[in-house]
Amino acid sequence: MPARPTLLKILDGLAILMLAVATYFALVKAPTELVMGQVQRVFYFHIGTAWTALLGFLFASVLSVIYLITKNLKWDLYQVAAIEVSLVFFLITIMLGSIWAYPAWNTWWTWDPRLTTAAITELVYIAYFMLRQGIDDPDRRARFGAVYALLGGISAPITFFAIRLYRTIHPVVIAGTNPKAEGGFSMTPSMLTAMFVALIAFTVIFIDLYWNRIRLGNLQDKVEQLKLKVMV
Amino acid sequence: MFLQEATPDTSGYMIAGYAVAFLVMFFYVLSIYLRSRNLNQDLSLLEEMEKSAVQAEKTASVQAKKSPVPTGSVRKKAAKK
Repeated sequence: MPARPTLLKILDGLAILMLAVATYFALVKAPTELVMGQVQRVFYFHIGTAWTALLGFLFASVLSVIYLITKNLKWDLYQVAAIEVSLVFFLITIMLGSIWAYPAWNTWWTWDPRLTTAAITELVYIAYFMLRQGIDDPDRRARFGAVYALLGGISAPITFFAIRLYRTIHPVVIAGTNPKAEGGFSMTPSMLTAMFVALIAFTVIFIDLYWNRIRLGNLQDKVEQLKLKVMV
Repeated sequence: MFLQEATPDTSGYMIAGYAVAFLVMFFYVLSIYLRSRNLNQDLSLLEEMEKSAVQAEKTASVQAKKSPVPTGSVRKKAAKK
């Protein structure tokens, strides 16, 4: 494997630093919310991971369109990397939401439109990897994967707009009010700062993990090619 | 919970939330590292196999040049002797 580029090393360091800064802002700088108490602090990471994950799924849809046009397998590799990192981030979002929900709603899970669409999105992309594993031919796998990711990408905006379109108990904290929401709160300037720091931090972490995952994919391709060459 | 006047103590949930977030990220980074390490091991092994295969091919062609398989006329001469 070629040596890590200096820019990637810098990005690795920056990602760790940003994670530390975001944690500091969320746990120390942001004030304690009066109604929910300390558990409200998970909101910053919840928003940060949700933002990057949903954007990552949309980005993967764009990459699948590029693959379908160019038929170049490198776009398939970029798409897989984007979906894998987004899937991990979205898992964190769902788990944090569930942990927040217990003291706020008195239940770990409810089949509310937002929670349901989020669960469907996560399952859609888990199924994406299962689909890929079932196809041996790389071109066919990439083509099926691209079409699936393109259709799966629809679930990202549906999840985002679910709390704005349907009756839901999930709070609409950013740009919207929801009279049915339980656990909603208004943000003070320092809460907003902590939220934006988390958004920036998770975007940097996402880019860093994405780059590392692409390098892993390239290495995987190299090993596969060499395996074919040696075996023949 | 929302009818209470005092702020409830929900620090346990907060700690659980951050622990989950950090653990999931840690395990994902670890999985990238482990997959990369295994692939690098496979790569060096395959490169070694490729090298030895090339070496074996070269040796075989050199030996073939040094002691070529006798042709029909050479075999006849050898038989006369």
